[in-house]
Amino acid sequence: MEMEYEEVVHRCFRCGFCKFTSDYMNFNCPSYLKYRFESYAPGGRMWLLKAWLDGEISASQHLGEIFYSCTSCGNCKENCVMEFRDDLLNIFTAARGELVADGRIPPQARDYFKNLHTYGNPYKKARNTRASWAKGLDVPEYDGQEWLLYIGCVGSFDERGQKMAHSLANLLLSWDVSFGILGEEETCDGNEAQTMGEQGLFQLLATRNKEIFDRRGVRQVIALSPHGYHAFKNEYSSFGIEIHAVHYSQFLASEIEKRRDGLGNLSAKTTYHDPCYLGRHNKIYQEPRHVLSAIPGVVLEEMERSQKEALCCGGGDGNFFTDILGSGVGCPARIRVREAAATGAEILAVACPSCAKMFEDAVKAEANDARLRVMDLSEILLEASGAGL
Amino acid sequence: MFRDIDFLSSEANMYSLRYEPDVCAACETRDCLVKCQYMSLTSEEAREEKGKLLRGEDSRVLTDCVTCYACEEYCPNGNHPFYLIVDRQEEKGIHPVPKPVEKLQVRMMAPKGEAAYQEKHSPLINLCAFTPFEKISLQGKLFENISTVGGNDVFCNLMYLHFGRSSIIKERVPKAIETLWKCYVEKNLITEMICFHDECYGTYTSWAPAYGIEVPFKPVHFFRYVLDELHKRKDEIKRLNMKIAYQRPCSNRLIPETQPLVDEILELIGAERPSRTYDRENALCCGGVMRFQGRDDLADDVQRRNMDDMVATGAQVCVFNCQFCLLTMGEPVAKRGLMPMLLSDLCRQAIEE
Amino acid sequence: MGKMSDSIHEALSTIVGSEHVSKEPEELFLYARDPGTMQPREPDFVALPGSTEEVRQILLLANQRRIPVVPLGGGLVLSGLTIPQKGGIVLDMKRMDRILEVNESSRYVIVEAGVSQGALQAYLRKNYPQLKHSIPDSPPTATVAGNILIHGSGHLSQATGFHSDMLNGLEVVLPTGEVCQLGSCSVSPYWFARAPLPDLSGLFLGWFGTTGVVTKLAIKLYPNPALRDVMLFVTESEDYLPDILYRLTGTEMLEDLLVTMTSEPRWVEGMQMTRIHMAANSDEELELKRRVIKRSLRSYVEEKEGGFMDVLPPMKGSFLETPIRDISVFADSMKGGGFEYVGAIMPIEQFPKACREGASIAKRNRMPYVQIARIVGRAHSMMFAWGYPFNRADKRSLERAQQALDEANRAALDMGGIPWKAERPSQELILERMDPATRLLMQRVQRLMDPNGIMNPGNWQGDGDGI
Repeated sequence: MEMEYEEVVHRCFRCGFCKFTSDYMNFNCPSYLKYRFESYAPGGRMWLLKAWLDGEISASQHLGEIFYSCTSCGNCKENCVMEFRDDLLNIFTAARGELVADGRIPPQARDYFKNLHTYGNPYKKARNTRASWAKGLDVPEYDGQEWLLYIGCVGSFDERGQKMAHSLANLLLSWDVSFGILGEEETCDGNEAQTMGEQGLFQLLATRNKEIFDRRGVRQVIALSPHGYHAFKNEYSSFGIEIHAVHYSQFLASEIEKRRDGLGNLSAKTTYHDPCYLGRHNKIYQEPRHVLSAIPGVVLEEMERSQKEALCCGGGDGNFFTDILGSGVGCPARIRVREAAATGAEILAVACPSCAKMFEDAVKAEANDARLRVMDLSEILLEASGAGL
Repeated sequence: MFRDIDFLSSEANMYSLRYEPDVCAACETRDCLVKCQYMSLTSEEAREEKGKLLRGEDSRVLTDCVTCYACEEYCPNGNHPFYLIVDRQEEKGIHPVPKPVEKLQVRMMAPKGEAAYQEKHSPLINLCAFTPFEKISLQGKLFENISTVGGNDVFCNLMYLHFGRSSIIKERVPKAIETLWKCYVEKNLITEMICFHDECYGTYTSWAPAYGIEVPFKPVHFFRYVLDELHKRKDEIKRLNMKIAYQRPCSNRLIPETQPLVDEILELIGAERPSRTYDRENALCCGGVMRFQGRDDLADDVQRRNMDDMVATGAQVCVFNCQFCLLTMGEPVAKRGLMPMLLSDLCRQAIEE
Repeated sequence: MGKMSDSIHEALSTIVGSEHVSKEPEELFLYARDPGTMQPREPDFVALPGSTEEVRQILLLANQRRIPVVPLGGGLVLSGLTIPQKGGIVLDMKRMDRILEVNESSRYVIVEAGVSQGALQAYLRKNYPQLKHSIPDSPPTATVAGNILIHGSGHLSQATGFHSDMLNGLEVVLPTGEVCQLGSCSVSPYWFARAPLPDLSGLFLGWFGTTGVVTKLAIKLYPNPALRDVMLFVTESEDYLPDILYRLTGTEMLEDLLVTMTSEPRWVEGMQMTRIHMAANSDEELELKRRVIKRSLRSYVEEKEGGFMDVLPPMKGSFLETPIRDISVFADSMKGGGFEYVGAIMPIEQFPKACREGASIAKRNRMPYVQIARIVGRAHSMMFAWGYPFNRADKRSLERAQQALDEANRAALDMGGIPWKAERPSQELILERMDPATRLLMQRVQRLMDPNGIMNPGNWQGDGDGI
């Protein structure tokens, strides 16, 4: 059995730097935190992968769960001390690709791909309901405006994600931003398909998007989700797709100066969670903070782990859907929410619909929903200006 | 495996110092020894010790010399008194620096034989051993169009003067010159090579001619390049209006003709260099080599006097020419309230980068 | 011992929760191995206890059913001491990771057995910055308990001894299920010392988990001066080192003292780099320490036989890391992710011999070598490590490393040293040389503590049938 990066896999020493934050204060690998078996840490995966490639162990349901419990949060890549650290996430993606080829993926992952292929989204929802989040707003179709607002699957179909999409569109409308949406024609960006090992499906989705973007003259994109942003910025150019992509937090940060007068006020201690695909993957740390700091009354309090040390919400690599990482008091989302609560914050600010969903569920599980609200940047801005829902 | 150089190789033997012993013998002032800042010799003692050096006899100069290079400048006849000391140290098996440290440095900086032709263009800057400074210092408007070379294969090796090891320099400098010529200069039709490291310029304009080694390209002092670039952008210069103290390095003693470049640059960027005791001809060694030699008390004393002198002028910045001086004195001067900077980095500030 | 029954699995699940027990092939595969050269051997179960009570119940079960139990901390001992030789249950202690109490005035901390070195360091830095513990150079996932129990050493060992010397007390679960407090904590609410009571902690130090499971421990903490610095002294003759180390440790100015000898990079081959660490509360104090240290070696400098080298900022930064990451990076120097070393505890006077022997072993086995000696106490002894990286994907590389390690173990014993955290073959060599009455005493202790032989069997057992 051969796999890309195979010549690197045996070089892992299982030293465990990958499990920690850079100051060793906390374990920061979401699957290791949840399960605490060595198999769920990056080093364990490397050794198991090597064993599988060598035929020492067989692919099994459990092996599939181990690999699909990884969220590609990037903490391992950030903290591994070895020279092959930059390959780590690619190795895990390649491993999942082998599991896909072998047909040995967890049923939830199989469903994810099947639904994506058939419906253009993992939720099995009809394509013509993709823009239902926009109900009640006069959101224009994209027709050559300055920006395409790209929502993504979570924002289009997940209840919490839809609220976020609605809120952002509402904000952009109130700011008179020149934008439009693809509506029902929008199709999945494919970022999760790619990291979950379905290269073929990713290619299909990217190609589909290329056709849509070309036909509709899309040149600039504001992405709601950092996952979509990451795919547009870092992966799409290899398919000949040349667009200028920003995450909505970057867009808001660039616009906020001229809108300072209309920001209103929101007296709230707020803590910001760095989403993995915005933070560690793309090093965007300041723009969301700049937005929050600009709002009169908002007091920003950092969590113990922030910026490149942020603990993943546990939703990546499709886990917001497959739920392999699961729940329980030791799951990363609940740990993170406890960390947010420890700052004394009333608002846990997010910039990703997956994070919003994971944290809102976690807050409820922690029975803390009376004290801690999960809100994204646009929801906070709307509330401050008095226009929030 | 390393071919440890414990002997004067046949290659090294090809080159010998070109000087006039008779001129030294006839010298009345013996400035080389009398003016020494670290050894205290009367005129008579200087005559005696100089005689021993000329005759190849034991002399306390060979063990007491701190290798600051200054006597090369003091000699009114250009007769290379310091290079002679170094040759004699090696002949007599004297090691100013402890032998294991010397061996480590000799091995660490050995040419790797990895250099190959690369396309380069003018202006070409030779970073010598200081390649890490490229990302730190050679950035911005003054260095927009440069190409660079550096590393062990083009290392100037002149630091082995501090180690009493002429043979290493004689063995390696011709190879470095050959590498520079064949890999970077000849085919690229480049005629001038800018020396980022002051000592490199000294190697090719002072030491090499002193040993009869030809240099097929024209070395250009880094400050010459910087000054010319500043002149091109004269309108963009925002005068700094500050006082600085300049740390003149040992290597500059080999090339005193380059001193005016410093003054011209400082004038252009509006940095005042108040006169102080240990500047220009009286400059003190940064002390780095003295520490290598295990002379910590002397190094401490020299650094203290030097910094007291700098601070007394009211200088805000300690400006360095030599990167090794910067690494040695950077932290101590910072603790005394002076910002350590290379002169070229100060210039970058002046055109608001 | 053959495969365990489902009833054991059920019983373990009842004790720790089903999510904390596994008999899946993937876990058994991983817990059968460590990153060293020893042969893998699979457990039957992996269990993650979360409390002393859970450990107690597991041991009662294991004792009743004669199931082997192997306690595991960070898994970085590298000599296979946590590889289950006879199947059974591997107890991964790392869920028990609470830092329980810091007593500032008596300078100690009580931790659970699964607390990692990194977590304790980070916790102290944040909450008690004036205190620190002695940290080894293993990766930060290594546990405090694991390192103490194998008589580890680290950054404060020159000043304060082996890490086991820093132990104030233990909470242990005996193989027969009793929970005991050892040290002052058995009588007093304070965990301040093992003195003045009979030192029962000794029943667990160096025994490789064959006498019970440690669930809590208290270790000494030390002042954490604000300033730290490092100097390098270079020599070219290993014969000088006993005297150099004697002089340096006589100054009382050092925190940590190590000597490294490596064959790579090539330019350091044949040289000894003595690394001298100091800490101080002010620049003046640091300067005084530097002077005293330099003065102690003046004759070597004057004779040009040894010299201090300035450590430039980037290298200084990496030397002052705790732990030093480059040591873990070294494990990949053969691009193979495998590394093991023989660390022998031996007298300083054997330094030249150890050095020469290490180089010849490496040469005979066609391997690069790295040797590191860490000085313990005032040159009371040293941990002299012969390190051999290998490529896990290359069987011959692994075999060469195994051969080199075996030769190193024998060489260490021949020169009067004792391999530290000895792997099983080396344990046998040690026992062969041990005073017979001492061996008998060890056997009696093991039989008393563990009548059914469930604790990490196969270790300290000489010919395999008991000492």
